[in-house]
This record gives sequence, structure tokens and C-alpha cells, in this order.
Amino acid sequence: MKLSGFRVLAAAMIVLATGIFTAPPASGAEDYITMASTTSTRDSGLLDTILPMFEEKTGIAVRVVAVGTGQAIRLAKNGDADVLLVHHRPSEDAFVADGYGTGRRDVMFNDFVIVGPKDDPARIRGMVEVTRALAKIADVKATFVSRGDDSGTHKKERGLWKLAGIDATGASGGWYRETGSGMGATLNAAAAMNGYTLTDRGTWLAFNNKADLKILVEGDERILNPYGVILVSQKRHAHIKAAAGQTFIDWLTSTDGQQAIANFRVNGEKLFVPNAK
Amino acid sequence: MNDFSTAFSTALTLLMSGDEDLMEIVGLSLRVSLFAVAIATIIGMPLGAATALYKFPGRKPLIVLLNALMGLPPVVVGLIVYLMLSRMGPLGVLGLLFTPTAMVIAQVILITPIIAALSRQVVEDMWHEYGEQLRSLGASPLRCMATILWDGRYSLSTTVLAGFGRASAEVGAVMIVGGNIDHVTRVMTTAIALEVSKGDLALALGLGMILMSLSLLINGAAFVLNEATAEKSR
Amino acid sequence: MSQSILPLELDGLTFEAGGKKLIKEVSHRFEANRKTIVLGPNGAGKSLLLRLCHGLIEPSAGQVKWATASGREAAHHQAMVFQRPVMLRRTAAANVEYALSLRGHSGRDRARLTERALERTGLAHLSDTPARVMSFGEQQRLALARAWALAPQVLFLDEPTASLDPAATHAVEEIIEAIDSAGTRIIMTTHNLGQARRLADDIIFMHRGRIKETGSTETFFSAPKNDLARAFINGELLWKKQKEISL
Repeated sequence: MKLSGFRVLAAAMIVLATGIFTAPPASGAEDYITMASTTSTRDSGLLDTILPMFEEKTGIAVRVVAVGTGQAIRLAKNGDADVLLVHHRPSEDAFVADGYGTGRRDVMFNDFVIVGPKDDPARIRGMVEVTRALAKIADVKATFVSRGDDSGTHKKERGLWKLAGIDATGASGGWYRETGSGMGATLNAAAAMNGYTLTDRGTWLAFNNKADLKILVEGDERILNPYGVILVSQKRHAHIKAAAGQTFIDWLTSTDGQQAIANFRVNGEKLFVPNAK
Repeated sequence: MNDFSTAFSTALTLLMSGDEDLMEIVGLSLRVSLFAVAIATIIGMPLGAATALYKFPGRKPLIVLLNALMGLPPVVVGLIVYLMLSRMGPLGVLGLLFTPTAMVIAQVILITPIIAALSRQVVEDMWHEYGEQLRSLGASPLRCMATILWDGRYSLSTTVLAGFGRASAEVGAVMIVGGNIDHVTRVMTTAIALEVSKGDLALALGLGMILMSLSLLINGAAFVLNEATAEKSR
Repeated sequence: MSQSILPLELDGLTFEAGGKKLIKEVSHRFEANRKTIVLGPNGAGKSLLLRLCHGLIEPSAGQVKWATASGREAAHHQAMVFQRPVMLRRTAAANVEYALSLRGHSGRDRARLTERALERTGLAHLSDTPARVMSFGEQQRLALARAWALAPQVLFLDEPTASLDPAATHAVEEIIEAIDSAGTRIIMTTHNLGQARRLADDIIFMHRGRIKETGSTETFFSAPKNDLARAFINGELLWKKQKEISL
């Protein structure tokens, strides 16, 4: 049969159309809710482990959109997500107070740590008081990498500098570097620059490019990282899957969910402490 | 160098084992980009051809605009489409956010100018050669357009491949409007971005190699197809 | 048999471009059954004149009047061959069939008319060859075959052999003669004085956008009345002389 250009084109179009239209539809008849959460939550790997448990039990899939805390809250305010799971109490409280969410529940907490170069130019290894550690870093003008993206982690970090009485952003571009990106990218930058940074333990444990960085400061109460889960208000956005969303929140804060969180390990280490009341 | 060799072996292992997740991501990447390039061609090619062949007020500004839009930043397109499709946006009721459809829409907006601008140039150049003869033979403007598009199909196929390349390589738009949701809207580029952010650079690079091999495969297939059918129509 | 579109009347035809008048008040009447060749040096406006007659460009002033009422009807019975043949990326036969399809011929008719046209121009053996790989001379013959297949009443040819070698030129001239014998009115331009002598019944001599002399071929070449025409025939129409001779 003659390989005419026209015939080939027609055949290609038919194959293409068939392929596209018979592809498994992504959002089929399945039940699902959309959850806005943070990159650090996703990067810890917790969600990949516990969400399938929830789906198996209830048949509801949880579609996670993992972005920075600011963006996650924006998505929830716009009604583009049904459930919000973030770790910045002030923002969470404001969210509910402004009527975007119907009540906040505690879920779990993990902690932040300061990681830095193993030769530790600021001499902070083993310290517990995080504000003193930050002061020493500023003193020797050791490289400190910040997320600089208005995320929960970033807000936490800013709060700590303020507590320590140091104007770190004034040195932005000098020893204080703002990457404007997620935890992973910031850790990559810290590894490359051999600098200090504040990171949540979860992302750190799962991070695969640690280079010469080590955990240097941990344990301070002020760098605990509590998570809250909020159902987006159906009064604000009528299309919100309130029932399914509530089912999820109930499961997450139930014995089953809390136990699943407690059982979660990264490299053999427990990462989150469940604290739903 | 270590990362490169690890990346290479990772890529090979994933491919050989027919890793399910990988296949799913590759499949979605292809579906989204191919669909987008098909729609962009249907819109962009006649638009480019018409701009080349018809005279109308604002034609020259349109040409400049199309050329400029070739440089649309994907992340900006993603942002704009998000604002349109968000529940708070004008098209929110459609509920298209975080679906492959949203990704296709964003990519169509991104690559239609490329296809339109490039095919305009191809058609305009061909018109210099063909114009008088076609008009002498009595072809209507519409018929001229069809004849030139078909006769120039080899040059035009390159513009389609350029559009496909742009679509399959971009991450900014599909990340924002798709949300990189596992098993739903995760494509090769967003998966690579994810692995980078997790610090798994070797895996990210391996996925990148697979993505580039895919592109090579598709362009190779297009080339062979062109050669095979060019027999009678040099 | 459709109505004849001849005679063609040109009335005070003027064409301006870029602020310059390139065709200046040209008037002429083309009757049927004659082969006319337009001669003149470069820049005389020969090609422009052909394009104005064929309707490819619009005059700035004056009229192109065919015997039929509408220009569209007239266009349907004309064809043109250019100095460089323009072929689509398809076989020789497909190129001819394309032209026929534009004129509304049915599929069976197209095949039949194409076969005949290719035979008459000696290209039947190249029917399935991609047109663009054919030699230049063959492509030009194909252009003639394509035009002939349309059975035009008037065929315009703009320097059809300027880019061809003598053998190809000869082949093309034979085809032009055949087309003329078959009843098509030929209007052609050329640089080649010998070709003009061979082919033309009538000569139009143009210089700087005006018709300077017309007449039968014998009269023109044996006893040209216009000085410029005489200089041209003697191959003397160089830049220097052009300045000396007043218009």
C-alpha cells in the first residue's frame, strides 16, 4: 500500500484521538477530596503512608496539592481545596476567625532543627537554646540560608530572629541568604553553600542530599512544629465536599489515624507526635 | 560525576522493570502534551496562515504580538489560568482546577502562539513563491491557504514539533494548574521538580534522561515518517 | 463552446508603484488568432503589462476590457506561465489535476485531460514523477501542459525560456506553436530576438512603460519606424544611448 502522506496523517490522528479519549479518566466516578498542604508535609513521606489507609477504609481518595503554607492557605480561602493541613497556628486561627474554615483540630507535631556544616564555624553544636544559637551565627556572620517564601517554616524562622533581637533580613544577600523556595530547594542550597538553615525534622530525615550538613541544634520548646487540620467552610463555598472532608478529619484525629501517625518512621526514626484532643 | 552514573543506572532500572508509577507519569505527560499540541495546531496553524495571506487592519501589530507571545513565561500562564479556573475565578464553576484538562488548557495557551507565529512565517515565505501562480490558476484565498498548508507540511511539521517540545518540557504552568497530585496530575517535569526538592538528585536526573529519550523517540518517529512519505512529494 | 473573451482592449492603462509610473497610458487591441510577442529592454514594463492583462495586479488608471461582461468569466478562460515554473510538491500528473480541480472538473475528466496534456507535451513517461525533481526544462513543459489542460482562450507567457538551455527552449517553443495551432491566443514576452522572429505574428515594442511601436513581425524587423526599436533590434539599446535618445 502506498505510503501517502495524507493517509499517514489521517491514521496518526485516529490513533491519537483513540489514545486520548480512551485513557483512564483521572477524575472518574471515584470519591475524592482535595487537601491543600505544605511541601514539608509531603516531603516527609507521612501522607504517602497514611492516606492510602484512609482510602482503603472509606473509599475516599485524598488528592494532595502540596505548596508553600501561604499558597496552601490561599487555595483554601479560594475554595480550591476542601481541607487545609498546615503548621502555622497564627495563620490557622486567622483562617477560622475570618470565616473561611469551620473549626481547627490539633493533629500532630514534629520539630524544627538547625542543621549546619559539620565543622560548625559558629560553634553551636549541642546547644538547645535556639535564640542563642542564632545569635552566635549572626555574630560570626556564618552563612545562613532562609526559605524566604512566607511559608510556615519561614514565619517560624523570622519569629526566632525577632526573639533573639537580630535583624537578619538586613543582611540579606550577605551572610543571610533567602532562596524564596521550598524546604528541599533551600536544603539543596545550604548543602551547596555549606551553610546553616532551619528545617523541619521530617524533610531533613527524608532529604537525600545532606552533603556535609548535620543536625546541630534541637530540643528547644520554641521550635516545636504543631500541625492543624481545618475543614473549609461550606458556607463560604457551597461546592465544598464537607461530608467527605469531615470524614477525613474525624479519621485523622481518631485512634486509628493518630496511631498511624505515631507508627510512621523515617530511616527508623519516629517523626511525628500525634496530639489530637 | 557520581550523580550522573547513578542517574543513568536508575533510569535504566526504572525503564527495564516497567515501573508502574513511571509508566503512569509518562502516559499522562504524553496525553497532556500531545492533546495540547493537537489543539494548538488546529487553532494556531490556520491563524498563522490567515495572518500571512490576508490583509486586514492591525495585521502588522498582530505579527509582532504573536512573535512576542512565543516567549510567554510558563509560570505566568499557569498563574493566569489558575486565576481563571479557581473557584473564586470566572470559570470556577467548571471545577477544572487540578485536573489534566487544566494542564492541557494552560499548555494550549502556551504553545498556540509558537505554532501561529512560525507557521505564519513558513506560509508567508511560500506565498512569495506560489502566490502568483495559484492566483493565476484561479484558486480562492481559502483554497490557497489549504494548498500551501498541505504543500508546506514538512516545514510545518517542524513547527508542530517545536510546539510539542515546549509543551513537554515546561513545568511552571502544569505545576500551578495541575497541583502535581500523585496519580492524578503528576507528569514527568513536575515529578522531576519534586525529586529535586526532596534532594533525590540522581532520581531526578534519571527521570530527566527518560524525558529526553522520549522526546528523541518522538522526533525520530516524526523524521522517519517524513522520509517515508516524502517519496512522492519531494 | 463558451463565448470568446477576445478581443482584449487596453485603454489608457497606467500603473504606478513606489511613486513612479511604470506603465504609462498603454492602449492596444488584441484580436484572436494571432501570436503576439512583447519586446523591450529591461524595465520596459513587459512583465507588468502581462500581469495587468491577466488581472494579477490592478491598474492605477485605465481599463482592461475583455469581450465578456465580467472579469471573473474572462479569468476563467486564461492561463499564465511564468519564467520560473511553480510546481506543488506532488507528481507531475497531480499538479495538472490540481489546476483542473480548481476549474471544477470531475475526477474522471481530470484524469483524462491530464493524460492528454502530458502526452501532448512529451511528459507522459514522467507522469508519476515528483514534479520538483524534474529538470527545469521538464518543469516548464509541465507548466505548459498544466496551462494547456485548462483549454484557455488566452495564454500569457512571461519569458518562458529565459532560464532554459537551447534544447529545452526548442521543446518549449514547439509546444507553444502546438497550443497556438489548437486555437489558444498567445501573448508572450521575451528578450530573445531570434525567438520573437520565430514565434511571433505581431510585435509590440515597449520602452519605459510605453508602447513605442507595434506591427507584424516582418514589418517590425525589416523596417522599424521607431528609433529606439531600431536600436534595440541592433542590440544597441545600452544605457548611454538611452540617455541620448529623447522620449
